Amino acid sequence: MSFEPKIIGILCNWCSYTGADLAGTARMKYPANMRSVRVMCSGRVDPGFIFDALAHGADGVLICGCHPGDCHYVEGNYKCMRRIPLTQRLLQDMGIDPRRLRLEWVSASEGGRFQKIVTEFTEEIRALGPLKLRDMKFDMNRPDRYSLMAEAGDTVHTY
Amino acid sequence: MVKVTIDGLEIEVEEETTILKAARQLGITIPALCYNELIEPYAVCRLCVVELQRGQRTRLVTACNYPLRESVVIRTNSERVQRLRRMNIELLMARAPGAKIIQDLAAEMGIERTRFPLEDSDEKCILCGLCVQACSDVVQAYALGFSERGSKRVIGPPYDTTPETCILCGACAYFCPTGHIKMTDTDGRILHSELTLGPNAAITLPFRQAIPNVPRVNPDYCIHMKTGGCELCVKVCQKEAINFTELAQDSFEEFEVGAVIMATGFQDFDPTPMKLYGYGVLPNVLTSDEFERMNNAASPTGGRIVMENGEEPRSIAILHCIGSRDEHYHKYCSRVCCMYELNFAHLVNVKTSAEVYQLYIDMRSFGKGYEEFYQRILDEGVNVIRGKGAEVVPAYQKRRGEGGLLVCCEDTLIGKYREIPVDMVVLCTALEARADAAEIGRKFNISTGADGWFIEAHPKLAPVSTTTEGIFLAGVCQGAKDIPDSVAQGAAAAAQVMKMFCQGELLMDGAYAEIVEDICSGCRICNGLCPYNAITYDIEKKVSAVNPAMCKACGTCVAACPSGAITGRHFTDEQIYAQIEGILA
Ligand SMILES: Cc1cc2nc3c(=O)[nH]c(=O)nc-3n(C[C@H](O)[C@H](O)[C@H](O)COP(=O)(O)OP(=O)(O)OC[C@H]3O[C@@H](n4cnc5c(N)ncnc54)[C@H](O)[C@@H]3O)c2cc1C
Ligand code: SF4
Ligand code: FES
Ligand code: FES
Repeated sequence: MSFEPKIIGILCNWCSYTGADLAGTARMKYPANMRSVRVMCSGRVDPGFIFDALAHGADGVLICGCHPGDCHYVEGNYKCMRRIPLTQRLLQDMGIDPRRLRLEWVSASEGGRFQKIVTEFTEEIRALGPLKLRDMKFDMNRPDRYSLMAEAGDTVHTY
Repeated sequence: MVKVTIDGLEIEVEEETTILKAARQLGITIPALCYNELIEPYAVCRLCVVELQRGQRTRLVTACNYPLRESVVIRTNSERVQRLRRMNIELLMARAPGAKIIQDLAAEMGIERTRFPLEDSDEKCILCGLCVQACSDVVQAYALGFSERGSKRVIGPPYDTTPETCILCGACAYFCPTGHIKMTDTDGRILHSELTLGPNAAITLPFRQAIPNVPRVNPDYCIHMKTGGCELCVKVCQKEAINFTELAQDSFEEFEVGAVIMATGFQDFDPTPMKLYGYGVLPNVLTSDEFERMNNAASPTGGRIVMENGEEPRSIAILHCIGSRDEHYHKYCSRVCCMYELNFAHLVNVKTSAEVYQLYIDMRSFGKGYEEFYQRILDEGVNVIRGKGAEVVPAYQKRRGEGGLLVCCEDTLIGKYREIPVDMVVLCTALEARADAAEIGRKFNISTGADGWFIEAHPKLAPVSTTTEGIFLAGVCQGAKDIPDSVAQGAAAAAQVMKMFCQGELLMDGAYAEIVEDICSGCRICNGLCPYNAITYDIEKKVSAVNPAMCKACGTCVAACPSGAITGRHFTDEQIYAQIEGILA
């Protein structure tokens, strides 16, 4: 059986979540691999969510927010824009390919763009293959304190 | 008080009054060329000589600057006075043969020519220095002065270059008695670029229907506001209504308010960067704002539609969508222009016999009665061409023999490229967000979209509210719209405010962030992150706290708290972790 990646999409309520809705009402088809979680703003995305998703079997995480300048809360997406590259560095340190995490801007009217991004990202993760974790520690009381370690081969260290 | 006799008439005046003023009170005219009551007399022309008798002694003095201190007898037209005055005027005639006012004064005295050798036959300056005084004492710009000496003496800016301190106020030209100084820049042409909205005199009514209906001082044009000098209006206003000491210092007043309606409107798109339309380069290419201004009865043209040379145009092209519906500038439709452009066409038809061409992409006559108006304009015989104006070029570049302008376009209905010769082009520029919209938005904690307009809380369900409680939107600041829609939105915003006030208490969303005091380490990372300034730091307790009335529940602080002390109600960490784990299980 071919590999079907599991993808978690964390979507901003005001733009991409509505954009996803639009894609749905417009009967646009995109792979069913992505399951979405709604947050009020991409600025709400705690890197812990990303680690938690990967620890629980996700092969990729897609974060979508409003286009720069369009955030409903003025500048939440800029904060997200700063956090994601840092999280990608951390993933790399854990041996996880940083391409498994992606940040995209989708407005409420961009159903088509949402469909395209999800399709593309699913194909990219399918090509990367399943994420295999060798080691996983986490603090029960603080679910955001994750330490993951991928099996060798998920990413090449570039130091 | 002193009692004096002038030409046999007695008058009592205050001490230090000049002879000239006293004589004028008696209705006696003394020729006074270099005198202006707003400027300290300098007594150069010496036409105002009079004979003054104290006891047995008589002497000749200049009336404009001689102060009366004791009882004297004055003769303004004795033979001795006349002799000297005639000589003085002959000297002036020789000095400034070009000055018409001197010729006229001489003619009045019956003098036809001067005995003295003429200097330059075009010369008009009599070196009275009124301009220099106006510039230094009144305006305090110090841009004019005397240079050289003796017979070479001249008046002008230092080193004959335009001085930096000159503010182009024109006071020198105004005070020059002989017309030697002229403001020549505009050549008497009607500069379309000066047809900006609003008057440009320093003291005017802002516009005819202004409330309160009193003139105000416009700081952009007031000389006093620029140089600290002038204040002539203070001297002239008999009601003593002008008070610069208060005016010059704008005061800041603070008001406590429960709600704010943002109605900051728009600014006009500047078509200068669109080189193809030649705005600012070609004559008679106007923006819609300038055309609107020209049509106003209170405009410099008095509402007439004229070209820069003052003639009525024979044909006008009205170009739609300049800067709107354009990938390079604004993608949106400005919504109001199609309709006001049709109105422009109607105005042209009413006021002139010019041919009108409308060049449009789509005709958006969307509102009540608007389509009917469009039909009416068509019936009036306006040429509507479906095709965006692509370029405006001087006609001689493409066709010899014709002046004016050539508008190039593709007429998409007949599928042909066309070049339309016209006398005038009106560029109907986009409505765009004000340059300061983002900054103002930040002050009021509301956001602007990619186009720069303020964002409403919900496009359909909360069109006049914002994400900040108590701040509402009305008019174009929220997006391009016409007056009826702006008014409707304003009324809706006012109703929302009333609703809020009538309730007496504020209804809050259930979702907001909370800080658990026991966990908060007081690091203050979250303080600066909140876009709504909802988080304050309690110095005594050494913890931060969220004001739930100001929090909009974006969750930025929740994600950032290194201690996990902040909970986002309805979007708690636990809830989100449970969701993620649930859908992956
Ligand atoms: C050439 C032209 C012709 C038009 N013709 C028509 C027409 O025939 N019919 C029609 O229905 N519509 C017409 N419109 C559209 C019409 O002008 C607008 O719909 C209307 O002006 C919008 O009103 P407003 O109050 O929202 O904004 P504005 O009229 O722009 O008013 C905003 C006001 O807020 C002030 N302001 C801005 N920032 C601040 C601040 N920070 N503090 C305090 N004050 C501030 C501004 O100075 C301004 O006075 C035309 C537009 C143009 C450009
Ligand atoms: S209202 Fe008409 S002229 Fe204005 S941008 Fe829209 S289509 Fe163009
Ligand atoms: S509201 Fe969409 S990213 Fe902030
Ligand atoms: S008016 Fe008195 S000297 Fe000229």
